[in-house]
Amino acid sequence: MANSTYVVAIDQGTTSTRCILFDHAGRLVSVAQREHRQFFPRPGWVEHDATEIWRNVERVVPQAVNQARASTDQIAAIGIANQRETSVLWERRTGRPISNAITWQDTRTAGLVEQLSADGGSDRFRDRCGLPLMTYFSGPRIRWMLDRDPVLREQAEAGEVLFGTMETWLIWNMTGGPEGGLHVTDVTNASRTMLMDIHGLDWDQELLDAFGVPRAMLPEIRSNVEVFTSTTSVLPGVPIGAALGDQQAALFGQTCFSPGEAKCTYGTGAFLLLNTGPDLVNSSHGLLTTVGYKVGDRDPIYALEGSIAVTGSLVQWLRDRLGLISSAPEIETLALEVEDNGGCYIVPAFSGLFAPHWRSEARGLIIGLTSYITKGHLARAILEATAWQTREVVDAMNADSGLALKGLKVDGGMTSDHLLMQTVADVLDVPVERPMVSETVSLGAAYAAGLAVGFWPELRGLRRHWHRAARWLPEMEPVRREREYGNWQRAVERTYDWLQHEDDPGT
Amino acid sequence: MPGTVQSIERAAAVLRLLAQSARPLGVVEIANALSLPKGTAHGIIRTLHSVGFVAQDSRSGRYRIGSGLLRLHEPPLDHNELRACAMNWTDTLAARTGEAVRIGVLTAPLELTVVHHVFRPDDSVQVMEVGRVLPAHACALGKAVLAYHPDSPALLRDAALEPFTPRTVTSGRSLLGQLSTVRERGWAADVEEFTGGEAGIAVPIRDHGGAVVGAVGLAGAPQTVCDGGRNPRPRLAVHVMETARAITGELAIRRE
Ligand SMILES: Nc1ncnc2c1ncn2[C@@H]1O[C@H](COP(=O)(O)OP(=O)(O)O)[C@@H](O)[C@H]1O
Repeated sequence: MANSTYVVAIDQGTTSTRCILFDHAGRLVSVAQREHRQFFPRPGWVEHDATEIWRNVERVVPQAVNQARASTDQIAAIGIANQRETSVLWERRTGRPISNAITWQDTRTAGLVEQLSADGGSDRFRDRCGLPLMTYFSGPRIRWMLDRDPVLREQAEAGEVLFGTMETWLIWNMTGGPEGGLHVTDVTNASRTMLMDIHGLDWDQELLDAFGVPRAMLPEIRSNVEVFTSTTSVLPGVPIGAALGDQQAALFGQTCFSPGEAKCTYGTGAFLLLNTGPDLVNSSHGLLTTVGYKVGDRDPIYALEGSIAVTGSLVQWLRDRLGLISSAPEIETLALEVEDNGGCYIVPAFSGLFAPHWRSEARGLIIGLTSYITKGHLARAILEATAWQTREVVDAMNADSGLALKGLKVDGGMTSDHLLMQTVADVLDVPVERPMVSETVSLGAAYAAGLAVGFWPELRGLRRHWHRAARWLPEMEPVRREREYGNWQRAVERTYDWLQHEDDPGT
Repeated sequence: MPGTVQSIERAAAVLRLLAQSARPLGVVEIANALSLPKGTAHGIIRTLHSVGFVAQDSRSGRYRIGSGLLRLHEPPLDHNELRACAMNWTDTLAARTGEAVRIGVLTAPLELTVVHHVFRPDDSVQVMEVGRVLPAHACALGKAVLAYHPDSPALLRDAALEPFTPRTVTSGRSLLGQLSTVRERGWAADVEEFTGGEAGIAVPIRDHGGAVVGAVGLAGAPQTVCDGGRNPRPRLAVHVMETARAITGELAIRRE
């Protein structure tokens, strides 16, 4: 490794795929990025084309490497981080996906989830997998796809049709595809399927039976930090040193290595993860228990997670669906045209509500409309929705851990929004800090891969690279904060029980 | 009422012709279509080319509508978008140089507003400066923008500028002299001209069409930003220039 100068990170995100090169000091050297299409075939359905995503990887990796004027032998390892729970099935022989990938925001499994919960409640598998029964996770998605086609089920049982989340799909393609591609996943991604035993970290036969998922179609579960194998395409010969779910990668990138350390990543959705160390903490306030990371043969580190489905995607909705802005950052300009929200609140329950409510039947609303409201107020309400959803998750975290969060480390695309970060500090009433690298998902994937091949000697030393790039201090009057929070909570209650029948549009 | 200017009418006709043509046109074709002498048509086309309203196909030598004309309609760059595009690269600049980094845009004739601020990476207590207004004549960021602003000569020629420290440049004429140095070497500097104990180096940020939309710069103690002779270190300026270039690249991608 002595001559290697860079680690390559691939961040296969919900809106785009990025490739970033980092140097030995953990500094970003080059970036290439490509958005992929979002398909909304029906209300509540959200799909991606897995083949398009693979092509984007094939394009952005060489682009980023060329931008840095690097050669393959200067690259120590590749680390992969990915949007979690997004599921694809493909034919082992041809490498062709059976259909579009079904993304984590997709709610088509609502009926199935309801059926499964009827017998034992939505927490019936929580002890085993750490998760409540929700449309969010992959397991029900696999079942939904297999239920539609008996032939497909036969092929899955024969191992001719394979399942994967995005890291599995990419690694399989990077290591030969139909010609012997490696079919593997990692503990963090597997911990989001509802099919893995969260204690033993392997597929759980009872869960597989309950969901009707044949083991033959599932990848092998690996650690996050280990040499998987070397690639045969994209960067031939370079070892793949890590795979992690994007949120766990961000936890790693923020160097939250000790119990009690937390971060929140603001992208399409927002995800607050708290390191709970080797202990598995069960939440009684609507948070998820998940694997934080596992380094080689060491014991796994667990995390509590507060998942918010819709944050950046609400900004995208304003841009692409309503056409009120032409780029995401313009929302800040629009919001600054007015002083406050004018009494307007937006609860973006597009995929139901995630943490801490977990209400699949909720749907979004805009409330408090009067003829006074302008598009500037809507922009404010959109940014505030992200801040208040964070507040709800932080309250749950504080209640579960018995400790009060003293500050929040943030990262992700939305942290470039100055007004939003100030608003988050205001509603949480704690300082908000952004690290010097806001592409923390990629940085975490790079750190993990670099550790696997000895590019960095050990975990703790990585902390030296963390520096504060920005800090926002709370400025809001306490009285106003409480009043606004009350309004927000009343708005949230009004989204409940909106869907009443399985066949409602919007299911 | 004064009469119309014939050459402008003709230039308009040339543009209309090129805009409506499905393929690039040669000088003779243009001259024939508009019944103009070839020399006149050529003069008009060269002039329109020099201002970016007409572009020349490098292989065939024929002409089509230039991107400068299309950009007349484009709204000015949103400051928040500038920050979003710049963020990765300004982080890297701060990490490489160990200094604080800012981006500023001109918001009034001699006023520069900070639209992005990355703390000095030493984890000391620092205050977020986004939204702060700085006197453009007394800081590197301001000078980097003023150096390329079309109004600067008229605005500064006879101006007396406000002093902030004994080192502030207060004569508009001397400042104009400095601005021409900025244009020659591509970067601007200030050494304790606004705040004692602080020196800065800045470079203009250009959009994909070459227009200056703001400036990016670093600032820190004169001991680290300058050499022994209190001159800003050119090595640091190279890093800032690379950053400005990377931001320009990002702006181009975003506008695609
Ligand atoms: N300045 C901004 N203000 C608000 N939202 C923004 C801003 N810039 C980007 N976003 C939002 O952030 C998201 C992109 O962030 P990113 O971290 O790339 O997400 P992901 O990894 O989920 O694809 C988009 O949903 C976009 O709408």
